[in-house]
Amino acid sequence: MTTLHAEQATNKLPHEPEKATLEGRNKILGFWLFLAGEAVLFGTLFATFLTLRNQVADGPSASELFSLPITAVATLILLVSSLTSVFSIQAMHRGNVKSLLTWLTVTVLLGLGFLGLEIYEFYEYVTHYGYGMTTSAFSSSFYTLVGFHGAHVTFGICWISLLIGQVARKGLTVVTAPKIYVSAMYWHFVDVVWVFVFTVVYLLGKVVG
Amino acid sequence: MDWLTTVDHKKIAILYLIAGGFFFGIGGIEALLIRVQLWKPMNTFVTAQQFNELITMHGTTMIFLGVMPIIFAIMNAVIPLQIGARDVAFPFLNSLGFWTFLFGGLLLNLSWFMGGAPDGGWTAYAPLSSTTYSTTHGVDFYTIGLQIAGLGTLIGGINFLATIITMRAPGMSFMRMPMFTWTTFVTSAMILFAFPAIAVGLVLLSFDRILGANFFNVAGGGNPVLWQHIFWIFGHPEVYILILPAFGIISEVVSTFSRKRLFGYSSMVFATILIAFLGFMVWAHHMFTTGMGPVANALFAIATMLIAVPTGIKIFNWLFTMWGGQITFNTASLFAIGFVPTFVMGGVTGVMLGSAPADYQFHDTYFVVAHFHYVIVGGLVLGLFSGLHYWWPKMFGRVLNETLGKIEFWTFIIGFHLTFFLQHFLGLVGMQRRVFTYLPNQGFDLMNMLSTVGAFLMGVGVILFLVNVVITARKPVGVENDPWGDGRTLEWAIPSPPPEYNFKQLPLVRGIDAYWKEKMAGHKEMTPAEPVGSIHMPSPTIIPFVMSVGLFIAGLGFMFTTDDFGNSFLNFLFNNYIVVIIGLGITFGSMIVHSLYDDAGWHIEPEEIDGKGAEA
Repeated sequence: MTTLHAEQATNKLPHEPEKATLEGRNKILGFWLFLAGEAVLFGTLFATFLTLRNQVADGPSASELFSLPITAVATLILLVSSLTSVFSIQAMHRGNVKSLLTWLTVTVLLGLGFLGLEIYEFYEYVTHYGYGMTTSAFSSSFYTLVGFHGAHVTFGICWISLLIGQVARKGLTVVTAPKIYVSAMYWHFVDVVWVFVFTVVYLLGKVVG
Repeated sequence: MDWLTTVDHKKIAILYLIAGGFFFGIGGIEALLIRVQLWKPMNTFVTAQQFNELITMHGTTMIFLGVMPIIFAIMNAVIPLQIGARDVAFPFLNSLGFWTFLFGGLLLNLSWFMGGAPDGGWTAYAPLSSTTYSTTHGVDFYTIGLQIAGLGTLIGGINFLATIITMRAPGMSFMRMPMFTWTTFVTSAMILFAFPAIAVGLVLLSFDRILGANFFNVAGGGNPVLWQHIFWIFGHPEVYILILPAFGIISEVVSTFSRKRLFGYSSMVFATILIAFLGFMVWAHHMFTTGMGPVANALFAIATMLIAVPTGIKIFNWLFTMWGGQITFNTASLFAIGFVPTFVMGGVTGVMLGSAPADYQFHDTYFVVAHFHYVIVGGLVLGLFSGLHYWWPKMFGRVLNETLGKIEFWTFIIGFHLTFFLQHFLGLVGMQRRVFTYLPNQGFDLMNMLSTVGAFLMGVGVILFLVNVVITARKPVGVENDPWGDGRTLEWAIPSPPPEYNFKQLPLVRGIDAYWKEKMAGHKEMTPAEPVGSIHMPSPTIIPFVMSVGLFIAGLGFMFTTDDFGNSFLNFLFNNYIVVIIGLGITFGSMIVHSLYDDAGWHIEPEEIDGKGAEA
């Protein structure tokens, strides 16, 4: 912590400010561990979905529902947001706060775009196909898996937005840097999960049936 | 107020101990009520419904709210000291983990007063736990209460992993860590990989019950066996999450009171890791009779029996540690020595149950009940008593009364074997588990009566422990650093109870059993690894408490969203998710507040250190 004050006094940040303090390094390690737990969480949801994906009861099946163009666009948006999140970390390593804030904002906007598409998709399913949580085991597992991912995206959007405000107010310090770094880790993780969702839920449902 | 805001790992340990002890007491009373009901045939002490609630809550309470928190209490009290750290990696999360556990546990037990406790068995097998067969809100309390409590455990697990990875004193490599630290490390890793699975399971079950989803509802395409897989992929590792810390405690106690280094230290480490690994591979041995087929049954049977190998390594290492040692027979040591044969008996019946064809015979009889109580009570609870007696002086600065301790040990262990040894035979002659009464003259009568007598003897043992605690609390604080005289690990190098900052200077570790090594070299203290300097401490905070209250409110709101209260205002509040939103608002709001105000902590300066004495 003494290093913190010294750094702030001279206003010079180390190259990787997120790893400059023990607190920062602990935060990053702790977050890796948390993501390991999250991986199990999504793994269980995927296993549930795979077990129940053909149990459609009287409701519509995957191939009747899914529209690949929409999900492909959503996938593209989310993948690009991961890239912009990388740009924000690179900006942080250059110590360029303005560029950091810009890329974080772009990431949030792309996240909102993805979320908008997902809400539209769910709305369509419910209103046009009468496909809700209670329709079948397939629908329950679909909404739970994809909804959990959507909730993660929502949480990430709120979190990064909050960080944007914080960095704008306090600047880039060895306290704020680890927060930005772990939020980027989170965002990449959510993105990776989506790649699995796209493959296991949509491609498998639409193409394999 | 001090206790609501503390982030000190030693105080959180005491909180865990009190709360865990409280729930352990409730679970114990439930057990005694079960035994009273079963003490004679055709008894009408409780109804079938009440019996279902009692067995469900006994199992759930003991596992999640009784023994887990007491394990966490010992871990919190000991781990930072054993690795030479000033605190855990995340003091804030440590406090959050405790409060979420407590409020989850309170929510679960609130069910007794709000229309009925969970009644689907502690495994909550679907469809018994579906709204068709469990019509009260009991199972909702189970899913949501355990969800909140489980969150606390997961947070605690991550915290210990990070702490042990990054906060070890200079010189303490992984292969120099005390055995209890090792088992805590491996246990925490298991928590990390097991608890998210049950979290998902509980979400699915609550969605089935509250939102009308179809995960386990066959009519909608659901699959009840899916619940069993999800439950046991968590539930089997959970058994090892419980027993590995006990292994760690026994290793410390046996080695200290034999005045010998732990025999086969590195094989103990690898056995621990191997047990953890295999523990994840064998979940389906709980499901031999669900119709998985002979191939799956055979594979899971073989994997299960493999666990006997590393466990056997451990048992023999304890025996070899004692062999030729100068054994001190005090209470802690008696509990540890009593643990060894008792746990072996539990392990042997485990091999019997792990044989799939034999399991068809033993399944759902009292043989199973006897087996897992030998493992969990004869293993874990004896281990916990051993650990509590061993570390009590370090936690509170007072040694527990030895005479009373020995009486307590003998009462407990005799009561234990009387209760559960007979239940093997009850199972073999055909008594079913989970059944609230039985007909006379089937060969069950006498053994059930003796089993009940044994249960009460165990109860007496626990009460004697409490008496011991009260008597000891009247003694003045003030034992030395190393009250046993034979302490081997770092925690015995600092005052009892330790000052807030634990170590004035971080110690330099030069080998396994770091403190013993220095003592043998003729030193009185550890060699410091750093000069005396200003010590950074985290600030106390109320936010973890508030966050947990928020989750408690949200949980309560969520389970009553479909109810009709006969009161338009209440209906409005609950049926429109307003209570849920308020609760989550409190939780997320506190998270935002916590994230906005960076806590710089405070410092204890070198000149204050000598003035600040021990306090607890």
